[in-house]
Amino acid sequence: MRVTINGSPHDLPPGTTVAQAVQTLTSAVAGVAVALNDEVVRRGAWQSTPLGENDRVEVLTAVQGG
Amino acid sequence: MADRRDTSPVLATGERREGPVTVDADPMDDALVLGGEKFRSRLIMGTGGAPSLEVLDQALAASGTEITTVAMRRLDPASRGSVLDVLRDRGVRVLPNTAGCFTAGEAVLTARLAREALGTDWVKLEVISDERTLLPDPIETFDAAERLVADGFVVLPYIGDDPALARRLEQAGCAAVMPLGAPIGSGLGIRNPHNIELIVEAAGVPVILDAGIGTASDAALAMELGCDAVLLASAVTRARRPGLMAGAMRDAVTAGRRARLAGRIPRRRYAEASSPAVEPVGGEPSTPS
Repeated sequence: MRVTINGSPHDLPPGTTVAQAVQTLTSAVAGVAVALNDEVVRRGAWQSTPLGENDRVEVLTAVQGG
Repeated sequence: MADRRDTSPVLATGERREGPVTVDADPMDDALVLGGEKFRSRLIMGTGGAPSLEVLDQALAASGTEITTVAMRRLDPASRGSVLDVLRDRGVRVLPNTAGCFTAGEAVLTARLAREALGTDWVKLEVISDERTLLPDPIETFDAAERLVADGFVVLPYIGDDPALARRLEQAGCAAVMPLGAPIGSGLGIRNPHNIELIVEAAGVPVILDAGIGTASDAALAMELGCDAVLLASAVTRARRPGLMAGAMRDAVTAGRRARLAGRIPRRRYAEASSPAVEPVGGEPSTPS
């Protein structure tokens, strides 16, 4: 199953969740937010939200700016 | 003990007296009310451009700021240390922005992600039109503001120095308006003070001068024009000595605010003598005072 995480292609087994996708980048959850195909996935739903073919996952955090 | 009713701030010994010396309102009571909350500092800091988190921390401390902006970006697994840790340790309120967004849709999604990541429904709305000028796109900004207000956000939009747009955004429910002085990072100061005054005159929400500040006098001018607060980043973070400039900005904002409250004298075409015009040298003798 091909998904894109922060712009990079990944080949992940079917059934991979948002939580597992986040874990490919970081073990932290504080200060982190996730969008799946341009919709926010609340932290409480990461474990229960499976990814699908060609899904786009964005994992964001706060950085210096503005 | 000197007479406490004396209005002179300096004692006969030259020693400065402690405590209040006038009946004017104590500037400490002059809080900025933003989004229903009170702040003592009228200097909002950005975090962009600081060479390190240590330098940023020193600058934030010297600035006295209570609100500081951050941007939302893709998580970089290689990055070490977080700006959020610095702000938390300083006890500074985090204000996420939507920097880097070109459309209302991007800005709304970024604001929602910031709310999820940071647990705040405050957002500095920033939708830019192009990379070269970084000027705010008024159409996309207004569209995003309406959607975010409807979604329960406290929306602080970055806009051009446009009184008409400022009024429309206030009517749309924004908690403040943030007109620019000049393009972001340009250090050109306030290019159109007249428009800033027009925005201030008409506004029923706080006006925060955002972008363009180059040095302390620019920040003081913003406050003298009647702005409620100033937001700046590069002027401090890219100064040769950021901590020193942060303190200068703190003082400038305070000085400008006090001057605004005090009421400046009118500009005149010709001189108006400040010494008594009667009995000049060469006139009749007068009673010694």
